[in-house]
Amino acid sequence: MIELNIPIAEERILSLHAGDAVAISGIATTGRDEAHKYLVDHLIEGPRPLSAEDQRLFEELKTIYRSGAIYHSGPIVRNVDGRWSIVSSGPTTSIRDEIYEDKVIAAFGLRVVIGKGGMGPRTLAACKTHKAVYVHGLGGAGVTNAQAMVEVLDVFKKEEFGLPEAFWKIRFDHFPGIVTMDAHGRSLHEELGKTFDDRLAALLRSG
Amino acid sequence: MEKTNVQCDATNRVDWPAFGEALFDLVRRTSCELPADVEAALKRAHDEEAPDSTARMVLAAFLENMALAREKQAPLCQDTGVPLFFVHHPPGLSRRTMRRVCEEVVARATREQLLRPNAVDPVTGRNSGTCVGRGTPGVFFEEWDDDAISVALMLKGGGSENVGRQYSLPDDALSAGRDLEGVRRVVLDAVRRAEGKGCPPGILGICIGADRSSGYAHSKHQLLRPLDDVNPDPALAELEARILREANTLGIGPLGLGGKTTLLGVKIGALHRHPASFFVTVTYMCWEHRRREIRIEADGTYRFTG
Repeated sequence: MIELNIPIAEERILSLHAGDAVAISGIATTGRDEAHKYLVDHLIEGPRPLSAEDQRLFEELKTIYRSGAIYHSGPIVRNVDGRWSIVSSGPTTSIRDEIYEDKVIAAFGLRVVIGKGGMGPRTLAACKTHKAVYVHGLGGAGVTNAQAMVEVLDVFKKEEFGLPEAFWKIRFDHFPGIVTMDAHGRSLHEELGKTFDDRLAALLRSG
Repeated sequence: MEKTNVQCDATNRVDWPAFGEALFDLVRRTSCELPADVEAALKRAHDEEAPDSTARMVLAAFLENMALAREKQAPLCQDTGVPLFFVHHPPGLSRRTMRRVCEEVVARATREQLLRPNAVDPVTGRNSGTCVGRGTPGVFFEEWDDDAISVALMLKGGGSENVGRQYSLPDDALSAGRDLEGVRRVVLDAVRRAEGKGCPPGILGICIGADRSSGYAHSKHQLLRPLDDVNPDPALAELEARILREANTLGIGPLGLGGKTTLLGVKIGALHRHPASFFVTVTYMCWEHRRREIRIEADGTYRFTG
């Protein structure tokens, strides 16, 4: 298990290869469909000037994401006496953010994108250009993942996006995953996909 | 046996608040504890994968997650999906009331973090915040000749729902004709296309026949069957076994990261079709197949039957 501590240096990313098991620690946010749409359509490519509120959030996210991570997840959260905690929070399917992720990686300098199911060629190219990796989390293991999301520090866009889609700013501690797309242009999903295709073709021939 | 006062007397008057408490118990159990057949299948899959393989590591994490969720009574997965209730009831009960109770129970379970608020208005983009909205939760009714009420609940995750498919045979690209061999071909294609996106190892609910809407509904009903049952139709039993065996040679494995176990089960039902149509509808259920069932007797006692 390779430990990754946020902020993560470029050399550290370059030392990683598809197939490596990692444990991620440090401050990052969740962000899924609504979050990515907002990051790109408003903060990165939206009309200028940004509203004061958007500008504030932009600055805050720049600080968090610089050499940091975003986690594709819509958690179940609990609030006791005004303090939030994470109850269950496995990764959600990442490919839905394929049209946005390369722009997010480029604009914010992300080093790690965490999700499940893998992403496509645009994200893979961005990982190579900007020195980032895609980490495949443990899909469905909501409670195991929540154990590694030890502190909720803040939440952004909760009212507008709803609880699952908000940006939850969280301290991660040994969050488990496997690098499946590295900064050298290698994607385990792409490679495995070719095997699946060959095996399916063999089964259909034998019909 | 848990004794409550879910009284259902000869005139079919039900103590609705008590009925709601029984349903709440059902939601809690479904969200936090997998049924025994699914747990056993995952344990078997774990033991069959090679030591030190990614597949085995992933399955070990699944087993750990199951134990943690049970211990903490926390939802197994953050995506508690769309709650689908399947109710069997004696004649004369108000379906409108039962649907209302299901909705109230879902809203309460959402307040108590047993479910995630999963109902989003597609026009405004607003999350209802309660997991209740137009068309959700799903509640399906059947009347039967039994004094008891049986309620099965399935939590159908969104990621796996997205990889479901409906084929209209013949399918040129897959050389799939209008017969069981054609069914086999398109179903294997569906498993390949789903790859890791539906959180494998998955369970397939399949409907052959009927129309586009009944096909999806019936394919979900198939997912209520225990993993280890045998299809009463020998032709379908054989097809189920063959697809399961063959899909597990694709190498997709747990979470699509490679491995021996791609599917835990295949369940096929058939409905009469229109002469012009031959639909094959595949609903994909993730590894975390959350389905439980309670039976409420006429004397008000209830117990888990699944």
